[in-house]
Order: sequence, then C-alpha cells, then structure tokens
Amino acid sequence: MKALGLLLAGVAALAATPAVAQTIAITGGRVVVGDGSPPIDGGTVVIRNGRVVAAGAGVNVPAGATTVDASGKWVTPGLVAGFSRIGLTEVDAVDETNDISANNSPFNAAIDVVPAINPQSASIAVNRAAGITRAVVSPGTGRSIFAGQGAVIDLGGDMEPITRPRLFQFIELGETGAEDAGGSRAAAHVMLRNALREARDLRPGAGRGAGPNDPHIQADARRSEDVLLTRFDAAALVPVLQGRQLLLVHVERASDLLQTLALREEFPNLRLVLIGATEGWRVADRIAAARVPVIANALNDLPSTFEQLAATQSNVGRMRAAGVNVALGMINDDETRQIRLLTQYAGNLVGIGRVPGHTGLSWDEAFASLSAHPAEAIGLADEIGSLRPGRRADVVIWDGDPLELATGVDAVWIDGVQQDLTNRQTRLRDRYRQPQEGALPHAYDPR
Amino acid sequence: MALSKGRSALLGFVAAAALAGCAQNGGETESASASQPSSSRERYTPPEDPYPSTYRPYGGVPTAITGATVFDGEGGRIENGTVVLVDGRIQAVGGPDTPIPEGATRIDGAGRWVTPGVIDVHSHLGDYPSPGVDAHSDGNEMTNPVRPEVWAEHSVWPQDPGFSRALANGGITTLQILPGSANLFGGRGVTLRNVPARTMQAMRFPGAPRGLKLACGENPKRVYGNRNTMPSTRMGNVAVMRSTWQRAIEYRERRARDPNTARDLQMDTLVEAMDGDILIHNHCYRADEMAIMLDMAREFGFRISTFHHAVESYKIADLLRENGTCSAMWADWWGFKMEAYDAVNENIPLVHNAGACAIVHSDDANGIQRLNQEAAKALADGRRMGIDIPDEVAWRWLAINPAQALGIQEQTGSLRPGKRADVVLWNGNPFSAYTRPQQVWIDGALLHDMNNPQLRPVSDFELGQPGEGDVK
Repeated sequence: MKALGLLLAGVAALAATPAVAQTIAITGGRVVVGDGSPPIDGGTVVIRNGRVVAAGAGVNVPAGATTVDASGKWVTPGLVAGFSRIGLTEVDAVDETNDISANNSPFNAAIDVVPAINPQSASIAVNRAAGITRAVVSPGTGRSIFAGQGAVIDLGGDMEPITRPRLFQFIELGETGAEDAGGSRAAAHVMLRNALREARDLRPGAGRGAGPNDPHIQADARRSEDVLLTRFDAAALVPVLQGRQLLLVHVERASDLLQTLALREEFPNLRLVLIGATEGWRVADRIAAARVPVIANALNDLPSTFEQLAATQSNVGRMRAAGVNVALGMINDDETRQIRLLTQYAGNLVGIGRVPGHTGLSWDEAFASLSAHPAEAIGLADEIGSLRPGRRADVVIWDGDPLELATGVDAVWIDGVQQDLTNRQTRLRDRYRQPQEGALPHAYDPR
Repeated sequence: MALSKGRSALLGFVAAAALAGCAQNGGETESASASQPSSSRERYTPPEDPYPSTYRPYGGVPTAITGATVFDGEGGRIENGTVVLVDGRIQAVGGPDTPIPEGATRIDGAGRWVTPGVIDVHSHLGDYPSPGVDAHSDGNEMTNPVRPEVWAEHSVWPQDPGFSRALANGGITTLQILPGSANLFGGRGVTLRNVPARTMQAMRFPGAPRGLKLACGENPKRVYGNRNTMPSTRMGNVAVMRSTWQRAIEYRERRARDPNTARDLQMDTLVEAMDGDILIHNHCYRADEMAIMLDMAREFGFRISTFHHAVESYKIADLLRENGTCSAMWADWWGFKMEAYDAVNENIPLVHNAGACAIVHSDDANGIQRLNQEAAKALADGRRMGIDIPDEVAWRWLAINPAQALGIQEQTGSLRPGKRADVVLWNGNPFSAYTRPQQVWIDGALLHDMNNPQLRPVSDFELGQPGEGDVK
C-alpha cells in the first residue's frame, strides 16, 4: 500500500495526471455522504476510475490503493452550486468579458451557454479552492423572458468543463420577466404560452428522423407564417414542451410561484424547477404538492423588491419542513464569482435553528442542500452530489466543519483527479506577504 | 437582467461626513466634534449645525451579564467575565468577582460571548433603502462630480427595514451612512445610532463628526466620461480634485479676511474637512491610487481618515501604517469590477499584521447583518498563511478601529467603563456561522432580544405587509 502525503500546495503536477487508473482510499476522516445522512467518524472513501466505489464505516481499503490519511479532517462530496453564472464572466463590469446575457441578439431560447463557458476563468479556480466542484450555469435574459439553455459544469482545472450541456431552459416570470416581456407579468405569460405553442406546432421536415433537436430546424420543416419566434428558438423549446429538458423559472412572489405551477395545466409535460422563491414559504404546501423542486437563495430577509416583501431567512427551512425539495443556489447575488459563500449561507441556516420563531435546517439537511438536493433538483443525483457508490469521484477534504467560517479546504478531487488549489488570489497573497520590495521589485520574485 | 449586488457595487457608495453637532441628551450637553483645532482670529468658523441630533437613549435597567467570554473591543479578553450596564453606560467590566449593583438584572452569559456593539463605517441604509426602487435611489447626486454640498443625512429614510435587520442579525449599534461614489466629492456622511426613529435627527449620533466622501477610480470617470465631461480618466479625477481643493483654500482665506464673503456650501464642507472637523472617507480600491491620494492630502493639507473598500491595501500596508490611515475592507469580495480584480482573502489580516489600522465594513444591506462572520473568515484565512491574530484582537476590526475612524472612540467602540453601553450578547462564539445576537443594548436600552418577539422592530413600511413581525 502506497502512502500519499496530503499537500496543500504542490499538487499541480498531480492535477495534470488523469487518475482514472488509480485507486485512492481516503481514510480516518469524518465522512459526510451528502445525502442528508449523518456524518460517519473514522470512515473511508474509496474512489477508482473517476467514480466513488464506497464511502462509510467498515469500508475495506483495496490492495494497491494509494491511501490518504484524513484523520482529524472532514471528507465530503464536492459541493454543487444549484444555480450560478460561474464561468460566464471574468470581470462582471468589463462588458467584453461578460457573456451572461445578450441584449442585442435576435435569438433567445436557442442560446446555449456551452460555447461561452471559460474553464480558465479566475472564478473557477477561486471557487474550486473553496470546495465547489460542480455548478448549474445559467444564461441571463436579454430582451425576452427566455434566457436560453444552461449547463452543468465541473470546476476542474482542465479544458473540458461540461458535465451536461443544454440540461435546462431558463426563463424569468417575475419582475424581471415582466420587464423583458415588454412591461407586465401578463405579457410575460402570453410570451411564454405563445412560444410553447409555436414549439408544439413545429413539425419535423418530411422524412427526417426523430433526433432531439435537429429535425425541427431543417429548412423544409413546415411552419405557419404567423409566428414570432425564430425557427431556431422555437425548436429549442420542443424538448421543454416534451419534458425532455428542464424548465428553470425565476420567480419570487407567492402569486408568481402559483402562476408558474399552474403552467402545467396547459403544458402537462413541463418539468419545472423554481429558482429564487423568496416567498416560497407562504405557498410551501402547494409547491410540495406539485412535487416541484426549488433552488433558493439562502438568506434573503429584506423586502429588497416588491416581489420579496415576505422575505425571511426561515424560507428555506419552512419549505423543507413542508416537504419541498429545496437546494441552495444564488441568483441576483454574486453568482458569477462567489458561489463559495454557499457554505457560509448553509451554516447560517443551521444557526437560525437556535433562534425562537425561526425554522432552520439540521446540519445534515443544510449540507445536503449543497450536495444531493441540487443534484436531485436537476435530475443528476445518480451522477453527482453524494459519495454513494457509482457517483463521480468529486471529493473534498476539509480541515474542519465545512459549514464553519474558519474551515479551509485541504484537497479536492474532481472526476477522481486531484486538483490544483492555487489561483490568482493565492499568488497575489504570497507575493505581498511582505509588501516592501526586496533587492528587486516584486515582479522579479522567484516563481 | 439584474445582478443586484454587482450593480450596487458598481456605484459603490462612499461618502463624507459633516460637522459635529451639539445636542441635548438626557439633560447633559454633549460636546461637538472630539478635536477642535486651536482657534485663531484667522480661523474659519463653521456655521452652527443646522440639523442637530435629537437622539435620546431609551433607558434601561441596571444589568449584569455574568460568566461570559468578553471581548472588550480594544483587544482584551476576559473568561468568565462580568459586564455591568448602569444608566446607559458601561459601569464595570471584569472577572467573576466584579461587584454587581443591588437589584441589577442578572443575565447568565455562560457559553455566550459579550462584545461591544458592532460599528459599520460604510453603509447606505436609508439612502438606498429596501425596497430598492428608483423612487428610493437617493445615494448618488450624479449631476456633477463635485458635490460636497450634499449631505447623506438628508436622504436617510428612517423606515428602511435594513436598519432593524442590521440590529437583530448583525448586532450593529452605530453606523455611518455615506453618499455613493459616483462623484469625486460625494458629499457629507452621517453617523447614526441604530435605533428605530421617525426622523434622521433622532438617529444622529450626538457629537459625532460628520464625514466627507471622496472617490477614486473607475466610478467617477465612468459616470462623467460617458457624458463626455470631465473626468473621463484617472488623471482627470485627480485634476478635478486638486482644482477643487485649491478653490477651498482660497475660499478659506477669503472668509478669514472678510467674514462677509458669501457662503459657499460646497466650500464649507471642504474647509471643515481641511480643519479636521469633518473626517475624510475615501473610496479607493487600488494601491497606486491610494498612494496618490496620500500625496494629495499633503499637498492641500487634509487628512484621510480611512480608505474604503481598499482591496489593494495589502500591497501598501507599510505606507498606510506610516500615514496612520485606516483601511475599511470586505473579507472576500472581488472581481465585480476591474479595480477589484486583485483582491485577496487575506487583505484584512495582512493590513493588521503590518501594523496598520484594519476595519471590516459592509457597503451592503446584507453584509451589514454578518460583519462578525466577515471578520471570522478573514481571521481564518490569515491564520492559514501564518498570521495568528487572537480572536479578541480581531474584534478591534469591528469595534475600536471603526470608532476611531469615525471620531467617536471616546464614546463607544469598546467596553470601557464610562462609555456608552452599546453591547451585544451573542448566543455562542461570534466567529461561528451558527451564532446570532441574543440581546443587543444601545445606550443600555435593550432593543433586541431574540427570545422576545416584542423586541423585534417592525418598520412602518413592513406594517400590513406579508411577513409583518416575522423573524427575519
């Protein structure tokens, strides 16, 4: 059995080495499976060929495995940001680097974020170093309620970030949707219904196969002349209409949530996910009955808009208590760069449980809201979000409780590949440990 | 599509303060600003404060918290400590043998922490209140890059629900409201007691000097450059600032020679800032720009109290120490704009470790609810790079350091006997994500108690709305 010293720095060489043929056993740590079950002290996590083999107590270390001693540490699945825009900007306010939305594009629903995602963005490395390994990445709307199609990505240090392309369509149906649609919520709902009907009426060209998208954009596909959407946009909504692609809907107000749930009366195959849902607690029983998952902002507690008047940090806990599947994400927050704050947010939801009148989350549920629950919400629970056997080997070793403020990340694996945790920020920090120049300016510091 | 926090940060608000006020307070007259330059016949005389504080402490009962871990806000720590509040003031701080007055309400602080109330030197509550609709956008007078005549206090809407969130969730007892940073000279800032009130004046911190907000960098040059007016560059920023300070010097001389010289409200603010009656709070991200501002201060004879945001202070921490200038910083905000691209998580501990003055600030209605947590993150990041600052010393970043930056260190900012009884009892270690303020006192008045729904302030705006009176 080989022993691998766990190093914070110096994994750069390892990061370039695909670990697919390697069996790694992480032993002695407090293991969190991530599915809402309690932590297991002295557990072992075995990964091989980029997948989890086993995790928990009484797991044998396979012969020939490289072992990592995690005694005194916490071992968890890599975290999943349930909603984000990471990888779509370098500097938000520098327009040339910002690919979130396209106000002057003739297209909307057809937009696909995949070509815009930059795995070399500084934000990917910064958030990876904080234990985030996967993220739901959504475009933002331009001049339509349809933002386009989003993806799930990994935050690995390679050039292949896409876990699932075009997993969902993202739309706005609250205050932003009203503005996008020309000025009212009613107009936003008409825009949505019209678009889905145009998608329904779209027919593949004669004699074409039934591939997922292509038949609908063939030149000989028949279409009415009375249409608003481009052919490409209408085609992009066919999988939404058929329930083959998720429809993520950003709404905050209680009435907007109910109106969104009601869409299934006309379009029964829609697979809805509610994003935001700041007033979700007021209609939690209805959301639970509809069995629609929610990806919520954790800590909204201000009436920052008129669609969030009932905001409270108990929102997530109350929805969970009502039986809603709630995950945490970030929208209209710092979702391009700061999804690393989700651990702090989840910790706060644990903390409010000690305040009379508040409804928080248990620690186990709070952690799962960053692991299994977002994976379940987007239909990828068999792939990511926990250390159950067969999942992708996204593993993080922490030097303490992952939801605590003082905790740092010791090591990260994504798809079984150990990751480099250095980034621009750590390099700048190290350069200016002593601010004064030495014999030569800092620009000449040894690298 | 709106990225709300990013958007607000783009117009990152930084403001200034105004002159100190005199106020009747519980029968005693509190003096005006802490330090008055020596008077001379040629000295410019500031006008009487026309918007004086009407704040009054709400009163409380003699209270003793016992058995708690105490951070005194100046770097001291007492285990099994006792803190006694009497007549709105800190009466005693000490160990278990500290005398407790007869009849005092006793609170068992075992397993809990006691700290001075948290002070935020950089807030826009009231000026950019919730809900954040256009009709409420009152923090940037974006009509000219030189607007020292505007006062942030004249925009403060006391019904902003954000004040009570900052109290109940963040333990904020004092905060400075600053104008935004669209302008080079953004106007005067005002320091408030965080008490619910009908008027701004009823929140004004008696005797606290006002501030003057200056802004470097991207915001002024973007806002005015986009209109093809000056400034459109960083050198334009500096040129307009220098011209303006020069005018202020000439105005001061004219007024001293001839008291009948017509008053200029812009210049009044700048002269009071040069005289030290108004403290300068300078929004400035980049190290190179902070260094230029320090030179400008020498050129025209003013002093910069604090650089705000200061994401590159770690690059010039030595220079900041030599100049005695504080840095008010976030723990980990970065990358939302070009001048925030070089932020590091260790900025606060690096500045502290160099012997310079470090402050944790919010600039944000959400961040102000968790300044203790921001300090905790920065502290931990510092420790991981080998800067081992004790918890109780790090609390200076939330207490005596911001008090000094605001010129109110004789009144609050630490648990020193005789100071205002601005106190937070936390239900655990305040550097934990699992901890909340259990009780908050302002001048000895218990204004938040997590166990008492009656002590959960509800602003006028929230009355009759969904969620009224809910835990937030």
